[in-house]
Amino acid sequence: MGLGERLQYLDRRVIFLVILLVILIPYVKPIGLPIRVSKEAAAFYDAIERVPPGSTVFLAADYDAASLPELYPMTLTAIEQCFRRNLKIVGFCLWPGGPPLLNRALAEVAPRHGKQYGVDYVNLGFKDGQEAVMVMVGASIRDAFPADFNGTPVASMPVMHGIQNFSNVHVLINISAGYPGTKEWVQQVGSRFRNALGQSIPIVSGCTAVSAPEYYAYVNAGQLDGLLGGLAGAAEYEKQVGIMGTATRGMDTQSLAHVAIIAFIILGNILGRGAGRKHAA
Amino acid sequence: MLRRELPLLITLVVGLFMVVGLFVPQRHFTAGRSEFEGWAIIIRAFAAVLGVANLARISALRIARRERDWGYQLPLLGGLFLMMVLGVAGTWFPAPLFGIGEGSLFNDLYLNIYVPMQGTMFALLAFYIASAAFRAFRVRSLEAGLLAVAAVLVMLGRVPIGALIWDHLPAVSDWIMNVPNNAAKRAILIGAALGAIATGLKVILGLERNYLGGD
Repeated sequence: MGLGERLQYLDRRVIFLVILLVILIPYVKPIGLPIRVSKEAAAFYDAIERVPPGSTVFLAADYDAASLPELYPMTLTAIEQCFRRNLKIVGFCLWPGGPPLLNRALAEVAPRHGKQYGVDYVNLGFKDGQEAVMVMVGASIRDAFPADFNGTPVASMPVMHGIQNFSNVHVLINISAGYPGTKEWVQQVGSRFRNALGQSIPIVSGCTAVSAPEYYAYVNAGQLDGLLGGLAGAAEYEKQVGIMGTATRGMDTQSLAHVAIIAFIILGNILGRGAGRKHAA
Repeated sequence: MLRRELPLLITLVVGLFMVVGLFVPQRHFTAGRSEFEGWAIIIRAFAAVLGVANLARISALRIARRERDWGYQLPLLGGLFLMMVLGVAGTWFPAPLFGIGEGSLFNDLYLNIYVPMQGTMFALLAFYIASAAFRAFRVRSLEAGLLAVAAVLVMLGRVPIGALIWDHLPAVSDWIMNVPNNAAKRAILIGAALGAIATGLKVILGLERNYLGGD
């Protein structure tokens, strides 16, 4: 059996080993590849920068543990940017696994900025009902979420004073892993509700890389004000905010992993073609 | 008669009300729509209870009959009831130990067991994708070739190493995402929306009755 044939029947454990090395080496010895900011990621950052200090933003963390590696870094960075700009955050989730993750992210960033729970930010937790909850938030967020994640009535919280619905917020930040998520927020809220100035609610989305292609249509139509696609989008966002987070550190790894997978595709096709010719002969 | 006609009548009335109400910014319509949307949330909550009950029943039956892989049902049921009891107990017993809030057992189990396990499953994808790329991604037609070229350009263009290989690669990747990808996605979105409208109308008008179930 020649080298080509032996490679064709390569033990998949060898492939796994190559991927493991490609993932581990950049973590042990970072390369520090330069990160380029896409216009969609720049628009995400700018949309939050435009919000006047002291205003309130909605943060819908619609994901769970499965998407945590991709979406948690951008959640942290969004909270960081909001707190730096002295924005108040009203967070909630339409995914049942979301509230503890949102809680952890808020608790991780808030102390650095001296922000207090209930005064500067709140986690309203999970509400089942998907699109119906989105529309309900548009009518009255207190009806949709009468109590926070810990069961404390929201009416008693200073952060909720004057916050009734979308007319009182300047931007909706959606971190989305799928359904219900960005697409539904655009469809149910973007076109239906207006802010105090009579304008449609600006929506920015951070989503998994696999769902990003679907949302480019909304960015181009002006229905999404910014988009972060996967870990690469999160790294671009971290660069703008000026923090060195896990997404930035993961870019070297992701770069090499992509190159390795492309190499496997090319190698697999060359060997497959060679074997095909031999078989035909 | 009531078994089929009454649900069809309710669907017709509620469906028409919700559609018309969207286009009529009148107070009674808006209030009525909000009320129905509130009902939808409550009905979904009951559906979740039904789902849990059904899962518990099926799992218990598999254990009782010692069906294939019945052992996996034990941790499933154990985890289900443990988390449910810990969460619901917060209604009567003091936080933070019980309930779902910060510092509760429920929260700690979720963050320290479920989250790492899900992360592990997600991470395994990288290994299987690499293996599948080597064994299964064969360019045997023009379409497969176009797919492969677009995939390679986007995969490289989206990560920092792409710009090092060729500084125009990110722009090429952006063009693929914003032009051909966008055109295809819009076509799919519009097609799916038209399909949803047609299906919705068929349900409202009683032409589509599969949702009522069989007799």
